[in-house]
Amino acid sequence: MMGHLILRVVIKLLFAPILLFGLYVQFHGDYGPGGGFQAGVIFASAFILFALGFGIKETQKRLPPTVLPFFMVFGLLLYALTGVLGLFMGGNFLDYYVLAPDSHHNAGQHIGILLVEFGVGVAVFSAMMTIFYFFAGREPEIHDADW
Amino acid sequence: MWDFILERYNYWVVIMLMMIGLYIVISRGNLVKTLVGLNLFQTSVFVFYISMARIAGGTAPIYTKADYKARLKEGLPQEQITHISYTGNAGHHGEAGYGAYEEEAKSGYDAANGAGHEEAGGESGSLHDGDAVPSNDLSSMMGEQGSTEVAAQQPMPELHDMPNMDPEAISAPMGMDMAASASSLPVSDNIAYETLPNVIPSNVGDVIYSNPLPHVLILTAIVVGVATTAVGLALAVRIREAYGTIEEDELEAADNIAEFGRPQTKAAGSVG
Amino acid sequence: MDFFAQLPALPVVVPFVAAPLALLMPPGRMPWLWATLVSWVSFGLSLLLLEQVWINGPITYAMGGWAAPLGIIYYIDLANALVLSLVTGIAAVVFPYAYNSVRDEINHSQTPGFYTALLLCLAGLTGVTMTGDAFNVFVFLEVSSLATYTLVAMGAGRDRRALTAAFNYLVMGTIGATFFVIGIGLLYQATGTLNMLDLHERLAGQDNRLVKAAFAFIITGLGLKLAMLPLHLWLPPAYTYAPSAITAFLAATATKVAVYIMLRFLFTVFGFDFPFLRVALDFFLVLGIAGMFIASLAAVFQDDVKMLLAYSSVAQIGYMLLGISLGTVDGVAASLIHVVNHAFIKAALFMAVGIVVLRLGSHQLRAFQGLATRMPWTSWGIVVAGLSLVGVPATVGFVSKYALLSAVFAKGGTMEIIAGFLILASSLLAVVYMMRIIKVMLEPVPTEGPFARNIAAPPLMMRLMLWIMVGANIYFGLQAQPVIAIAQKAAATLLGVDSGEAF
Repeated sequence: MMGHLILRVVIKLLFAPILLFGLYVQFHGDYGPGGGFQAGVIFASAFILFALGFGIKETQKRLPPTVLPFFMVFGLLLYALTGVLGLFMGGNFLDYYVLAPDSHHNAGQHIGILLVEFGVGVAVFSAMMTIFYFFAGREPEIHDADW
Repeated sequence: MWDFILERYNYWVVIMLMMIGLYIVISRGNLVKTLVGLNLFQTSVFVFYISMARIAGGTAPIYTKADYKARLKEGLPQEQITHISYTGNAGHHGEAGYGAYEEEAKSGYDAANGAGHEEAGGESGSLHDGDAVPSNDLSSMMGEQGSTEVAAQQPMPELHDMPNMDPEAISAPMGMDMAASASSLPVSDNIAYETLPNVIPSNVGDVIYSNPLPHVLILTAIVVGVATTAVGLALAVRIREAYGTIEEDELEAADNIAEFGRPQTKAAGSVG
Repeated sequence: MDFFAQLPALPVVVPFVAAPLALLMPPGRMPWLWATLVSWVSFGLSLLLLEQVWINGPITYAMGGWAAPLGIIYYIDLANALVLSLVTGIAAVVFPYAYNSVRDEINHSQTPGFYTALLLCLAGLTGVTMTGDAFNVFVFLEVSSLATYTLVAMGAGRDRRALTAAFNYLVMGTIGATFFVIGIGLLYQATGTLNMLDLHERLAGQDNRLVKAAFAFIITGLGLKLAMLPLHLWLPPAYTYAPSAITAFLAATATKVAVYIMLRFLFTVFGFDFPFLRVALDFFLVLGIAGMFIASLAAVFQDDVKMLLAYSSVAQIGYMLLGISLGTVDGVAASLIHVVNHAFIKAALFMAVGIVVLRLGSHQLRAFQGLATRMPWTSWGIVVAGLSLVGVPATVGFVSKYALLSAVFAKGGTMEIIAGFLILASSLLAVVYMMRIIKVMLEPVPTEGPFARNIAAPPLMMRLMLWIMVGANIYFGLQAQPVIAIAQKAAATLLGVDSGEAF
């Protein structure tokens, strides 16, 4: 337990900055490099790093695998329903312009892309974590000789 | 000869990566190694797209504050830009700061909502010409027809038909034109450039942007590639659990033993 | 919102929004009901769209309001509307059918995931059908393909070979998709656009090696996806070991959509202005005939009914390629007619096999022994669909064979005349392999062995859906005119003959 002390301290130090960076990439992606996919992966990488240091069980206690499908669905629906919202407000599918048509700052586009990218980010994060849990959560039965 | 080969080093890299990847897929019996090969193969295509879009000295197509301020100094009044945006086909606002491709693509927005899809298509289609430019060196490499010929065959842009075309919308492809070598610069675009109304700030031409579209496409393709790899690895895990091996020979033998009781006979079905 | 203006987006949007919701539902009946409902809604929307296109001509729909050629547009003419209606129609019949078979073959806890993947597959297929953007085709193709890989792999509950089949399918499918992307990239280099109509305009007269390479990559990639003869290796195992409902759905839709997109690229994107097209068409003639014979012969020697029918599917793709290779309106129309009709035939046959699998637990030929007395309705379904596959009058199979033969003889070249007789000859092979199944069905019920047990009558829903599909075989065999008319007009639009609506 104590053998990983340095590792764990470093991970604890890094955890929050990685999440913060993920959020930056997420919301900066609106008008700069970045976006939901990258942010989702960065966000997931923080949790994967945590799992590397503290073990899969500890991670699953903090982020239970059962909530991930809800995140995934929430993300996808946020994306799709933002598009559908455009439909109901008189535009085409995924038309963000109609979300705030009178704005001189293209606010509709910003709102739309922000929501969609957030949806993508959440979906990618939860998908990444699901994949990680799927692979890491299996019984470690494969011997070195088999590879 | 050597120049010809060395200038196109990116294609050689792509071709080599592609062939190595394909070879691994074909020759490796281990499922995980097959996936590695598949990833290599896909990555070569990503590299191909990205190198295709790169312009020597080009930057990411992002407007900086400096650009914006410089443009204001050029004396382009705010109202004028706004006016251009909302009355013309280019339905964006003149206030700076957002990715060039966004503005570029947004032109023709109003028309899209209205009836005239074709018109908008024609007009904004001309903007797109810039994208074609960096490509031509491959076609010259592939021989038969020189790049200028190819370029000349492209339809005439119709920029001059659009007096209140948005300056920003034009700037990105124009930047690429300036960057492209003279031989591959379509003549038609030069004409269009000169006939543009005098609303383009002089510094816009100085900024050279790489073509952002292939990057966006490849981001999508990467997502698809990640998903494919994830599904493939998940299948490999399940196969490992069901068969106890991920070597193709052993898998086949296991199937044959299950069906015929001996490993050698090739199952009639698996021929196909 | 103006419903009809937004209609083109809905057949994709509805299953796409519905798919994640299915994931959250409790396992069992709920996700199935939801998927069925969605498939019916999509079918209704597709029929409306087909009607709109039939009356008003091609529809263009700009996604997100971004106009072509910069934005992604959906471009719907009769060819897509027809294939779209086919895909959603098959879904509307196969999804209700799926319930009992899925309950039997899929782990109970996996059912939400199963129906989510099914809906995503449907969304992907409709997306491929409707989009007018070359790169968007790739994205939707991969959405549907990835869903398909997982769906095929879910057959592992019954037979672990589903896993290796799915893996091989994944490798081949990904290589195909990557080839396709390379082709698109080369086209983008040559033209600077991704919009299909725009591509067509800009490719006019370009006949350099760059475009030829792009053409070859795209055709090879799509050839992998549609199981063109030498590239068909993934198809038989994937269809054999996939869950029954999935086989019925895929056999009727996935390759058909690939054929459609092949047509789209051949004729809309490249077109006859592209001289190299002729070379490819001659190539298709040879591959089509080879497919008809080699795959039919392989089918004759199969002892597994699903494998047999899968090889038969590869053979039928040969007919479609033959129709395309003629390069005439009649030929392409015959190809489209066969796309629709073969979907009806194979959906019916695989659905019947699914019923047998549900009750007898096997799709080996031996399991079909005595089926005529055990399951008379299902057996009649197999017989009618089998006759339709062979091409007996009053079935859809006859309609498509007739259309294909008249197209071939109308073209009138020596090669074509020979091809016409080869079509007839290969139909005889279809007689042989269908007779093998029917003969076994007519044998007395086995008294010993694994299939000697008494079986309950198959669920009503499955039989009903099977007979709707068999009924479609007969109905559209007798009332062939609507499909033929739509296919003719669609082919004319695709080939750009009808200048009023072509580009």
